[in-house]
Amino acid sequence: MKRIALLGMPNTGKSTLFNRLSGASARVGNWPGITVDLMSAKVLMGGHIAELIDLPGLYDLHGFSDDEQVVRHFLSHHAVDLVMIVLNSSQIDRQLSLALQIKQLGLPTMLLLNMQDEAKRAGITIDTEAMAGALGFPVQTISAKYGDGCPQALQLAGQVLNNPATITAPQDIAKLLEVDSLIEQTMHDIVQHTVQMPIKFNDETTDQIDRVLLHPWLGLPLFFLAMFLLFQFIFTVGAPLQDGMAWILDTFRTEALEPMLANIPAWLNGLLLDGIYNGIGTVAAFVPIIVLFFLVMSMVEDSGYLSRAAFLMDTLMAKMGLDGRGFVMILMGFGCNVPALMGTRVMRSRPMRLLTMLVIPLSLCSARLQVFLFMIATLFAANQAAFIMFALYMMSFFTIFLTAILFKQQYKSTEPFILELPPYRFPTPRQIWLRGWQEVKHFLNRATKFIVIGVVLVWAMTHYPTDVAPASAATIAGQIGQFFAPVLDPIGIDTQLAIALIFGFVAKEIVVGALAVIYGLQGDALSQQIAMNIDWVQGMSFMLFTLIYTPCLSTIATMKSESKSSVFMWVSIIWSLALAWVISFAFYQSARALGL
Amino acid sequence: MTVLSNLSPGQLGTIHAIHAEQALYQRLNALGFRIGKQITLIRRANFNGPLHVRIGGTDIILREIEAQRIQLQAV
Ligand SMILES: Nc1nc2c(ncn2[C@@H]2O[C@H](COP(=O)(O)OP(=O)(O)OP(=O)(O)O)[C@@H](O)[C@H]2O)c(=O)[nH]1
Ligand SMILES: [Mg+2]
Repeated sequence: MKRIALLGMPNTGKSTLFNRLSGASARVGNWPGITVDLMSAKVLMGGHIAELIDLPGLYDLHGFSDDEQVVRHFLSHHAVDLVMIVLNSSQIDRQLSLALQIKQLGLPTMLLLNMQDEAKRAGITIDTEAMAGALGFPVQTISAKYGDGCPQALQLAGQVLNNPATITAPQDIAKLLEVDSLIEQTMHDIVQHTVQMPIKFNDETTDQIDRVLLHPWLGLPLFFLAMFLLFQFIFTVGAPLQDGMAWILDTFRTEALEPMLANIPAWLNGLLLDGIYNGIGTVAAFVPIIVLFFLVMSMVEDSGYLSRAAFLMDTLMAKMGLDGRGFVMILMGFGCNVPALMGTRVMRSRPMRLLTMLVIPLSLCSARLQVFLFMIATLFAANQAAFIMFALYMMSFFTIFLTAILFKQQYKSTEPFILELPPYRFPTPRQIWLRGWQEVKHFLNRATKFIVIGVVLVWAMTHYPTDVAPASAATIAGQIGQFFAPVLDPIGIDTQLAIALIFGFVAKEIVVGALAVIYGLQGDALSQQIAMNIDWVQGMSFMLFTLIYTPCLSTIATMKSESKSSVFMWVSIIWSLALAWVISFAFYQSARALGL
Repeated sequence: MTVLSNLSPGQLGTIHAIHAEQALYQRLNALGFRIGKQITLIRRANFNGPLHVRIGGTDIILREIEAQRIQLQAV
């Protein structure tokens, strides 16, 4: 099978093109370094089924950050039949350098001048024929986002593939990657002869927006205001959706499942309905709000505002041994900690990367958000909800800052902070939809993998031995709870909550499902029961613990694989557990001391 | 002769020399910092925060420390 690689500088639209050509849904975002790993898909090109590979962006072939290493490793271990270079037409004056470096690898190559829409608006014209002549390989202008030129690009690629060509062997590529070459003059000449750029062509709209959003004094307040409004939007729109979903799930149970399963043995009925269905149903009620959350995230990611956030926060982050990019990774961690951890590959200095990876698991991810939404709705009045949620986000930042400050001596670095500021962009409805769908799939995937197993286990533990009352002290779950009582009593966490916390190690999605199973209830009945069993101080302590201790097994696995160090992984686990306990303890005991 | 970090917002200069070790030099090069190119300082963040500069069609933010390594000829 023919192998085709997409190469180019970061943020040039490689993943967008990859999605368009293959129908896949690689993550796209207006931030250099969204893709940090390989992704491949099958496409039809010139009568061949070919494997198309999306790679991380790289600034030059000699770069040494971990995401650039991925590309070097790929090129020196796999034979490639065609390299499609993707570059941003508006920045051709600097990005051509990478094309010239790749040319020296001697692979069949073609050049795609992407973001033609933006270049046209800016008044840039490129003589593609002359450029193709100068470079010695085909050149095509495209707009990966809107599709212009993409059929022609496919056709060209087919032609190149059908022309038998000598392909440089991967071992030789490895050697070629070492040699440095002077391409500056060639680049200058080609740009001089083939590109016409107006003297001043920067995006006026972007400049105007930046004058406000990057304002020396207003910038940061506006950032926090924007965050606040976005969350307000998500919760306002999400709440009725969530209620609707809960109603559907409940109705489905009483109208369809209960009559259908009426004749099966009682224990099986209990496992299926009170175990699996209640557990998953309670979690599934949060799907709409989580999807909404990710749609908003994807719009923020695609807007180009993340780089601005890095600009605004860098000074403060520098005081904690981190930088503006680290802050952006923390923001990404609000969605899911795993891609945020991988996103740190753009950092070259290992200490800085490790310090950033140490704080990311403390950012309040969407799975923990579910737990908080549930607990807050259960234990607090509606008008207090927003305030408590806000306090938890602040707590997340506080633990991040505290951790960074305490560990920065261990992870000292002098990593330079240099970052592109792309123009503001807006995702197409298709991009937004793809991303939302992707998140639903991700959720369903986790649901089938962890949640079902977790929920079944919890059910078994709370129902065995069978001759005692479910979830009582005599069951396995009860005994485990008692075992941990000496450490959990001082922070106000009872047996039922303890079981939920233990399963929360696997994934936070299980926590709410586990509570449903432990109490054998769903919906309002579940909330009422929990509100009777614990008061708000205990609930808050439980939420603080949930916020701070290890997010999930996937995060732990990613920690280990990205840091390539088990020691680091254990440091992170133990630190987060200790911090979680200390903060919950401080909160719980002082609240009680105050008579609350 | 001055360095990039000495410009005030709105001022521009021509890059004369870049004093950086290999890895940083290459990254700066790839981002468009090349001898002879014109560079404009757009804004700086408060409290000696990062600088926002523009070279051709590319906007870049960088810290003061890195900006001190870039020598300019005033235009
Ligand atoms: N206007 C315009 N925007 C585009 C085009 N192609 C991609 N984009 C936008 O450019 C940004 C970057 O796109 P990606 O596909 O994530 O870029 P990438 O090259 O994969 O980036 P990395 O993975 O970070 O290396 C996104 O905001 C896209 O929506 C295009 O043809 N026109
Ligand atoms: Mg990408």
